[in-house]
Amino acid sequence: MSTTETTAPPGRADAGVPAVAVAGLDKTFTTSDGLTQALEGIDLAVAAGEFVSLIGPSGCGKSTLLRIIADLERPTSGEVRVFGTSAPQARLDQAYGIAFQQAGLLGWRTVAANVELPLELHGVGRSERRTRSAELLDLVGLSEFAARFPDQLSGGMQQRVAIARALAERPRLLLMDEPFGALDEMTRERMQTELARISAETGAAVVFVTHSISEAAFLSDRVVVMSPRPGRVTTTVTTGLGPVGQRTDALREDPRFFEAVTAIREALHAGSAGGSGEAT
Amino acid sequence: MNLVARRVLPPVVLGVVALVIWQATVTVLAIPELVLPSPSAILAETLAYLPVLVSAALVTGWNALVGLVIGSVLGIALALVAANARVFDELTVPLVAALAVIPIVALAPVLYTMFGADLQSARQVVAGISVFVPVFLNTLRGLRQTRPVHRDLMRAYAATRRQAMRTVTLPTARPFIFTGLRIASSLSVIAALVAEYFGGPRGGLGTFITASVAGSDYARAWSYVLASIVLGLIFYLAALAVETLALRRRPA
Repeated sequence: MSTTETTAPPGRADAGVPAVAVAGLDKTFTTSDGLTQALEGIDLAVAAGEFVSLIGPSGCGKSTLLRIIADLERPTSGEVRVFGTSAPQARLDQAYGIAFQQAGLLGWRTVAANVELPLELHGVGRSERRTRSAELLDLVGLSEFAARFPDQLSGGMQQRVAIARALAERPRLLLMDEPFGALDEMTRERMQTELARISAETGAAVVFVTHSISEAAFLSDRVVVMSPRPGRVTTTVTTGLGPVGQRTDALREDPRFFEAVTAIREALHAGSAGGSGEAT
Repeated sequence: MNLVARRVLPPVVLGVVALVIWQATVTVLAIPELVLPSPSAILAETLAYLPVLVSAALVTGWNALVGLVIGSVLGIALALVAANARVFDELTVPLVAALAVIPIVALAPVLYTMFGADLQSARQVVAGISVFVPVFLNTLRGLRQTRPVHRDLMRAYAATRRQAMRTVTLPTARPFIFTGLRIASSLSVIAALVAEYFGGPRGGLGTFITASVAGSDYARAWSYVLASIVLGLIFYLAALAVETLALRRRPA
């Protein structure tokens, strides 16, 4: 495990400005039984080009944190900067691409038209959109499905379309909220390998929410471990498995991968024990 | 072909058998025309009065169509307003729900005095109100079906309200709107026709039905009923055809 602060792998780094910088973030929800502290004192920095996973048990606020970075929700207090601008501004600037657990494709549009949706909304011309969607569908290996409709595709294929759509505007930051959560294990591993390749090819920073330890270990430069009630960051584990783009299925049987998995698991367990007073 | 034969043939056969039984029963039991005219008598009247039937159907059909168009346009437009403005929504939805309970054709006599008894407008208004209710309620329901993930996406893309409406909200609502229109299509004919029972100018199917019954021409009354059924069917099938066409997928 590396302990250095410069976590961005060589060749992917952008100079200076971090992709995401969260400082002293709190989020309180008003529910029927009063106030619920969803997130407390979150600090998080994601370097340009870095792949960071947020992992933790249900209710630790990992999705909420991602949604706050995306400006889909507002923090109660604290600061969020995306490439040096405020989260709302970053959203308006389309600084990030986003994918959710549900692919969320529009059923009345073809696969290609779904990928082109953000481009269409932002006034990109038809021929340019066509070129870009062809490129992206090639990237996710779905070229021959361009004219199909989403319900003719499997869950894994739909999710690949959603990833292609998230990449449409060449974002330097990709926000992913359990994008493979609804897929079976086999498909899931294949998607992880593909995402590792895609994220390296695009050079985008990724904030990836998951509750799978092996998924976090396989994909990430760093894994941010969170604990629930209130949601906090307990530990950050640096996987030290080399550049994300060079990770292949062989890594899944590599002792270093198991070490990373163990480290994350122990951090998770320490984190949930930490709720009863134990320090990490 | 085989499928069509298997799906179409049985109901047709059943219909023919029913007609034969009907004819036989009326003939054998010598049922008076007052109680139930025979199918052959109704057919004879239908053929004899065909031009009158057609012109009467055109009068009623036109009233229904005017009501259908105006009621639908208003229903969709107001549902759009209600979906976008909470205050308006809270004001209108209980009112429309109340409107749905009122037997709208019961308004016809009142409307005749309002619009003047020699105009078709009252009937068109009755048809329009009957149409408005299902179209408004179904459209509003459809506009509420937008999935949270789509709403999140639109926000993430910083889409304007108009863009979100056009790309996500309206397409999601489309099947609901067409369901409303399909229900409305047959309602418009029923409303326009029944409104004629309460007076107003002559010429439509409804007035001829009451006039024939009053004149003891029972078989002729039934032939007007037959024409009403055909008219309602035409409206329904037209709405169904429009729906099928509009919801058919086309590569964007």
